[in-house]
Amino acid sequence: MAYSLQGATGAWEIVVGLEIHAQVVSESKLFSGASATYGGEPNAHVSFVDAGFPGMLPVINRECVAQAVRTGLGLKAHINLVSRFDRKNYFYADLPNGYQISQFAHPVVGTGVVEIELGDGTIKEIGITRLHLEQDAGKSMHDQHAAKSVIDLNRAGVALMEIVSEADIRSPEEAGAYLRKIRQIVRYLGTCDGNMEEGSMRADVNVSVRKTGEAYRTRCEIKNVNSVRFVMHAVEAEALRQIEVYESGGSVTQETRLYDPARGETRSMRSKEDAHDYRYFPEPDLLPLVLDEAWVAALKEKLPELPDEKRARFRDDYGITFYDAGVLVAEQATADFYEQVAKGRDAKLAANWVTGDFFAALNRSGNTIETSPISADGLGELLDLITDKTINGRIAKDVFEAMLETGDRARKIVADRGLTQVTDTGAIEAAVDAVIAANPDKVAEYKSGKDKLFGFFVGQVMKAMAGKSNPAIVNELMKAKLG
Amino acid sequence: MSLDTATVRRIAKLARIRVEEPEIATLQTELNAILGYVEQLNAVDVTGVEPLSGGAQMAMRLREDVVTDGGIADKILANAPDREGRFFAVPKVVE
Amino acid sequence: MSFLPELTIAAALDGLAAKDFSALELTRAHISAIESLDPQLNAFITQTPELALEMAGAADAARAAGSAGPLSGIPLAIKDLFCVEGVRTTAASKILENFVPPYESTVTAQLKAAGAVFLGKANLDEFAMGSSNTTSGFGAVTNPWQRNGSNAKLVPGGSSGGSAAAVASRMAMGATGTDTGGSIRQPASFTGITGIKPTYGRCSRYGIVAFASSLDQAGPMARSVEDCAILLGAMSGFDARDSTSAERPVADFRAAAKRGVKGLRIGIPAEYRMDGMSAEIEGLWQKGVAWLREQGAEIVDVSLPHTKYGLPVYYIVAPAEASSNLARYDGVRFGTRVDGEDLIDMYERTRAAGFGAEVKRRIMIGTYVLSAGYYDAYYLKAQKIRALILRDFTEAFAKVDALLTPTAPSAAFGIGEKTDDPVTMYLNDVFTVPASLAGVPAMSVPAGLDAQGLPLGLQIIGRHFDEETVFAVGGALEKAAGFSALPAIRAGGAK
Repeated sequence: MAYSLQGATGAWEIVVGLEIHAQVVSESKLFSGASATYGGEPNAHVSFVDAGFPGMLPVINRECVAQAVRTGLGLKAHINLVSRFDRKNYFYADLPNGYQISQFAHPVVGTGVVEIELGDGTIKEIGITRLHLEQDAGKSMHDQHAAKSVIDLNRAGVALMEIVSEADIRSPEEAGAYLRKIRQIVRYLGTCDGNMEEGSMRADVNVSVRKTGEAYRTRCEIKNVNSVRFVMHAVEAEALRQIEVYESGGSVTQETRLYDPARGETRSMRSKEDAHDYRYFPEPDLLPLVLDEAWVAALKEKLPELPDEKRARFRDDYGITFYDAGVLVAEQATADFYEQVAKGRDAKLAANWVTGDFFAALNRSGNTIETSPISADGLGELLDLITDKTINGRIAKDVFEAMLETGDRARKIVADRGLTQVTDTGAIEAAVDAVIAANPDKVAEYKSGKDKLFGFFVGQVMKAMAGKSNPAIVNELMKAKLG
Repeated sequence: MSLDTATVRRIAKLARIRVEEPEIATLQTELNAILGYVEQLNAVDVTGVEPLSGGAQMAMRLREDVVTDGGIADKILANAPDREGRFFAVPKVVE
Repeated sequence: MSFLPELTIAAALDGLAAKDFSALELTRAHISAIESLDPQLNAFITQTPELALEMAGAADAARAAGSAGPLSGIPLAIKDLFCVEGVRTTAASKILENFVPPYESTVTAQLKAAGAVFLGKANLDEFAMGSSNTTSGFGAVTNPWQRNGSNAKLVPGGSSGGSAAAVASRMAMGATGTDTGGSIRQPASFTGITGIKPTYGRCSRYGIVAFASSLDQAGPMARSVEDCAILLGAMSGFDARDSTSAERPVADFRAAAKRGVKGLRIGIPAEYRMDGMSAEIEGLWQKGVAWLREQGAEIVDVSLPHTKYGLPVYYIVAPAEASSNLARYDGVRFGTRVDGEDLIDMYERTRAAGFGAEVKRRIMIGTYVLSAGYYDAYYLKAQKIRALILRDFTEAFAKVDALLTPTAPSAAFGIGEKTDDPVTMYLNDVFTVPASLAGVPAMSVPAGLDAQGLPLGLQIIGRHFDEETVFAVGGALEKAAGFSALPAIRAGGAK
């Protein structure tokens, strides 16, 4: 069922395209040798080039270009071997040159496509229009002083990739899934850290609504939305606003808006009231960016396995469900962790443990894969103990908890606490006999047809043997004794 | 093409140059003289000609990704007309 | 001992090497020339006598230690468009009235490394926009030359007018200039000196206040072809901080200047013979042709059919780039600020007060030709015709080694003349702009005087990165012309 919003005049379809600004992972800035590191004392990561001083000139960073190309390859997009930089002219306090160096007419990356997965498991393709390199602006702060805004240029000149999607997105869920997917891909590639809190990734969201079958109506651009959740909310809030405008007889004006998360609504941006005329023209301080085909091929060669391919491989090679595979590849680190655990072991058992007890433990303790108290090797050792029947699954859960608490290895815990599984039939038979002898009433009930009591007998044996008995042997003997 | 006074005002606004009312007419005349002069380019047939945007005919050199600059906030701020601590300061902006 | 400011750089280097005089003596002679003449000429915006003496002292010490550089002890004027660390750099604009750059341009850094002495920052048209040096925010420069029997003040040309006047009047032995559409060559012609705009990419633009990035080139101005060769050798070379800088070896220009023209093919472009050109200029051009032929060059008629479109193309491309390059002067990080009610008002008041009339005109034209709806008709069209102009040169250089043309359509004119409308002033650059648009090297060499006793220059245009041939032809012309006239106002002169 296609998503739609219900208005007084019937159903409305929403049409969304995203422009994602992703900060490139690099040591230095796009056109200067100043550090691209986040934070720092105000104006500490600034060169005269970044601050637009007279006579200063841009020189492009090779790694930033490589990162854009890697991202383009990850988006299965066309790499333009010749691209150019343009100046986008406008005045703003945190734009030192009075222009932003960007790629307007000839971007480094052309059309591509990504697949997103929706809640019901369906896969949808979202087209990529282009990816281009550009400089970030500085930061204006309006709340530090009563009468003044203050400017920090640390971010000015840091390389951004602007990833522009086609207007293929039709619901808040798709918008969220698309943003998450792009974030996943750039994190896999190591081209952007995807940290939305620090502003390493932010999205301009273009929203319009229409009746089914209509041509596109006027769109509004919601600037600088900085979380997946806010993007989803902003899409819905803006769509509802536009529907209301249309249904009350008005018309939507193309404009730039801001999403206010506190109020859950969008509002017009006063500072952008001027209709902009950016006067793009080729940046005369730079020459055309000409890429060597062999260089691009070498980057492609070294590209890591991307999430879609990895997920398919996990399903095919490890025999786990497509769903579990999806969970495991969500983050590169998780996928790596899983593969280490699964290597030479029962891959399904490994998937169950990683997605089950292990993830739950990380969540409970507020840890990530990187800070996990249990290593892949450590979890693997626990799985080995289950597989070679040293312990049973029930005891394994206790050992796992003990590993979390103490940081000890599974083998040590099992040894210290004497948790080795009892497979001695004689000992188990004695315990079975004892349980039968102690519960004559229940045995009678069982024999009269109350089959459910079988579990009770097994439970009693396990309890008597402190959980260490091999459950299969207990079952077998109990069944034989009860006839 | 000839500029009217509204266009002169619009360009001044785009260029962020304050123009007082009495200057408009003079500017209009001067700018139109220049535009009139360049009008002769209309006579040139440029069919199939690729535009030439720069003075240099070569591909761009790329620099290595190394931090070689920055850490000079004092120098960056030394010529600032107004500052607040280590920030540049401007009249308050309402977004 | 001869009067030191009259020496050429080559002669002064010999004198310094022979210990006939010291760099301090040479520098003091120039500082005293500046003290007596600059109140009349206004060639300097900022004089730096203390810095000059310090540099001269260092040059003497270096020479004594046997580590003298190729320009050790040579006093120069630096166009006030080059950032010199710790020295006020204004671009002749009120908007940079108090700007002290905390960094050094590559060209001046190389001159410093070569041992040169900086006498001060030379006046220019504001942001290098002009052909008369009358648009300076620090007052017009007076040409040291005067018409026969007149003391009417003439312009030195522009935009490197202060540099030209300083060199012609013997206040400096040489100077740096920049040339965007003729800003070295036209003032050189107006003041009877030599100046070369090298190939685009030959000198780094790093640290030079930008006017039009795709056209701006630094170059030397001096009183001989050889002196220009010496200076350009020190100024040019690859710089990783300028993406448009060419990664090419710097040739021995000084040797090239003595090479002669025997066997060279010199093109005479028909389109430079323009309607209304004075008979004097036409006559001088013919003389130049004869001089080169006599020295063994072959003269070839060539055609550069798009020449006449050079100027209108230039007056679209240069203002467009300038409108963007000058957006940084907004009163936020450096330069003059005029307070306003809010940010936009502050910008508008700052830029209205800080920029002069010509700069504002060009910013507005540039803004207009880039604006929505007009880009294709103006800017894109101009770029396409620029490509045709380059093609003209490429085709001509398939047939000839260099071109010979007049430098400017007239001799120096009076301060206050040609101000009726901006276009009349722009026509000064008609012969110099095409080489700028094509990015090829071009030099002006003084070749004679007009009937009023004012100098006229001839222009030599060469292939991309073939400054050597330009110097060879320049050297031959200089030798044949034997230009020895002196300006009325000069150090050691009658006045």
